[in-house]
Parts: sequence; C-alpha cells; structure tokens
Amino acid sequence: MIGSLLPLDAPVPGPGFTELIRSLELAPRWSVPPEAISTTLPAPDATTVLALRYGGGVVMVGDRQATAGYDVSHRTIQKVFEADRYSAVAISGTAGLAIEMVRLFQTELEHYEKLEGVRLSLEGKANYLARMVRTQLPLALQGFIVVPLFCGVKPETGSGHVFTFDAVGGRYEESEFGTAGSGSREARSYLRTVFRPDSSMEDAIDHAMQALVAASEQDLATGGPDLRRGIYPNVVTVSSTGFREVDESEVVAAAERALETVR
Amino acid sequence: MTLPFYVPPEQLVKDRAEYARKGIARGRSIMAIEAQEGVLILAENPSRTLTKISEIYDRIAFAGVGKYNEFESLRVAGIRYADVKGYQYGREDVTAKSLASAFSQTLGNIFVQGPKPFEVEVLITEVGRSVDEDRLFRVTYDGTLYDTSGYTAIGGKSDALSDKLGETYNGTPTVDEALRMAADAFRNVEDRRIDGWEGALLDRRIDKRRFRRLSKDRLADI
Repeated sequence: MIGSLLPLDAPVPGPGFTELIRSLELAPRWSVPPEAISTTLPAPDATTVLALRYGGGVVMVGDRQATAGYDVSHRTIQKVFEADRYSAVAISGTAGLAIEMVRLFQTELEHYEKLEGVRLSLEGKANYLARMVRTQLPLALQGFIVVPLFCGVKPETGSGHVFTFDAVGGRYEESEFGTAGSGSREARSYLRTVFRPDSSMEDAIDHAMQALVAASEQDLATGGPDLRRGIYPNVVTVSSTGFREVDESEVVAAAERALETVR
Repeated sequence: MTLPFYVPPEQLVKDRAEYARKGIARGRSIMAIEAQEGVLILAENPSRTLTKISEIYDRIAFAGVGKYNEFESLRVAGIRYADVKGYQYGREDVTAKSLASAFSQTLGNIFVQGPKPFEVEVLITEVGRSVDEDRLFRVTYDGTLYDTSGYTAIGGKSDALSDKLGETYNGTPTVDEALRMAADAFRNVEDRRIDGWEGALLDRRIDKRRFRRLSKDRLADI
C-alpha cells in the first residue's frame, strides 16, 4: 500500500495507529512462541527512572545505563522521552522492546491528535499506554518485561500527574512520585524523605537527581552521573508551557550538587 | 441480455470533469504563499470547528476545497500514509512529493473508475530550511498534479486568485505582508464581505512539527 496509493479504504476506521498498522501487517510482532525463547538471550535492561510532582508540573529523570546481567551494554542510552507536547514517558526493563514501544506510543498520540484535531486527555494517554503494556504480557511471562513510567500535565489546569505501571498492564496514578526499574526501591525511599508537594522546579530537579544518585549507590545496574566520562542523566520537565529538556549546564550543576549531598 | 449504451470516452471524461468542476466552483478558495518565515496557507472559512487546513506531518500541510466528506477522507488517508511511512522508515523520509503523487494517483483512479469523480481540489505544501526548498503541489479532481513555486490557489476562483497574487507578488514577502496580499486578493476577486478566515503557517524557524494554526486575533484585521 505504501508504494503508491493512499489507504483510502483502510479497513479500520477511527484514529488508532496501532490498529492501522496491524491491518496492514506492519505492526511489531510482540509475541514469540514459547519454544523459540532461550532464557539466556542477552537482551539489555534499562534501569532506574523516576518522576515527581512539583508546584507547576512534573520532573522526570532517568539514568543512562543499560545492562545485561553483570555486563554494561550501553552507557549512554536514553530512557526519558517526550510523549507529546504535554507529557513524557520513561522506560525500564528490556530496552529494545521498550524503545520500540515508546516510538509506537509517540506515533499513536500524534496520529490521534492530527486526525481528531485535539490531543488525547492525560487520562486517555495513560490508559492507552497501559493497554500497550498489557499486549506484552506473553513476552513478560517469558522474562522480557517492559515497565514504563508516564507523567504529564493537564494543560487546562496546569497540574502535574504521575502514573506508574506494572508488568501486566496495571495503571496507577501516584499522588506524589513514581519510580520504575531495578533501582526504584532505593529511589522511592529517598524521595519519601525529601518530597514536598509545593516545591519549586529547581528543588524538584535536585530531589530527583539525589534520588537517582542514591539508587546508583545501592543498585549496581543503575548508572549515576559519570563526571569522568561526562555522562549525565536525562532530566526533563513538563509544565503548562509544555515539555522541556533541562539544559545540560543545569543538569551538570544539579548532578554535582547531588553527588555532594548523597554520600 | 441488454447491452449498455455506448458512451465515447471523450464524452465520459468531459461529463465527469464538468460534474466535478461544478461541485468545486461552489466551494470557497484557499491560497498558499511562500514567505520568509515559512509557508502560509489562508482560506475563507466561516466555520469555527470544521477546518479545511490540516497538519499532515513535520513539514507538510494539507488543504482541501469542495465536498467536505471527500476531502476529509483524503486528509485522513494522507495522515495515515505519512504516519505509516514515518514509523516504518524515518521522519525525514516523509516528503510532500511522494504524498502529492499518491494523492494524484488516487484521485486519477477515482476519476476514471469510480462511480463519480471526487468534487475536490487539494493542496499539499512542504516547508524547507530555506524558501528554495519549499514545495507547493496542487492536485485537481482528475488527478492532475501541478508543481508551483511562490504562490498558488485552489477552488472555484483559483485562477483569478493566482492572477491577482501574481500582480503583487514580488520577491519573498514576510508572513504579515503575505497575509495582507492574500486577504486583498480574496476581497478583490470575491468582491463581497469575507465570512471568516482560517489560516496556518508551516514555520521553518521551529523544529520537528512545524505546523501552527494562526489565532483568531492574528487573523482579525488582515
């Protein structure tokens, strides 16, 4: 179809992109027959990501390391992505599958927005992401787990929201912060002690960075700020003015402060 | 067995073209102008919710005149085509040229084989890094594809509008100048009060998704 003619009579009506590519047999095939799986297949895992609310929106941070067992697969992968103008998504678990899931999720949101002329509601985006995780269930049972983390603002009110997920597609809205990945326990414990709902964005970025450093101290798979190599976590904010990647200089400063604070 | 009446192909094409042209002539026209900041699209549109101009992809916009359900189905098909292509390959690989040629083939096939031709004319524009890389394509009801530069118009009064713009178009204008030129051409050609504007800019100064609708305030006194 893609060769020349437009999909004028595409079999699926409605604004769903995944349904469209499935009907065109272009969808990624998530399910693999059980006998095809070797449990030692070395697929890199992405580790700690976290998001927390502050007075004017949400901050989301992710470390840059991917590991396969005790091996560092990648030092600079990206785990925090813009989902659309008013939301961000981060990934943990099997990196290859998760990154593809994010790409599909981004396309899905943009596709909906263009066809319908309006964006999906924040709730709608979170529900859709939960559905995407749920379709992965057969793979999760075979050990390839993908757990995203989602946050965004409602543009009409400017209030920030954080959603966590589990491997079976459960979706939970968090009132304060959410974490995912191997270092999530440690990060959560740290955030519990410092979190304040009305903090400024600068404080929220500091808290997020400190929690990530705390996680990297305890969890081997999590890569903290690496001053020697110049590798710093991805830090983004979403507020009523939209998604923003925090400038590298600010990230470096926050990372240096966090390394001083958390020892 | 009854034999169908023989209709010579010349007659068939002529009848269908006349039918489509009549439908299009009832619709209000749309104009596109290459400006310094990007590609401007301006339409006369009294409706507040039903739009004629739409985003297709990062650098590409669509506009249609004629029967609403027909150009709407083309718009949806265009977005699907672009999103599938961008997902399958990369965002850079979605171009107005391939999209315009897909529209052209689709409309051409419908014109010849369909029960009735689509009563539409569509505009596909792409913004480049500089004005030289801008693209303006126009596809008519029978699938004819026109590639123009500088400015173009679609709809019942498209020729008159293009001629009028040609008189004032002299080097790439700014968006404000382009807006004024387009609005003046509309008023001049239509020779009546304009019922309301719809405008959009493919802004070359921003990254990734460059399509922006022009606000009511911006269009209030052009």
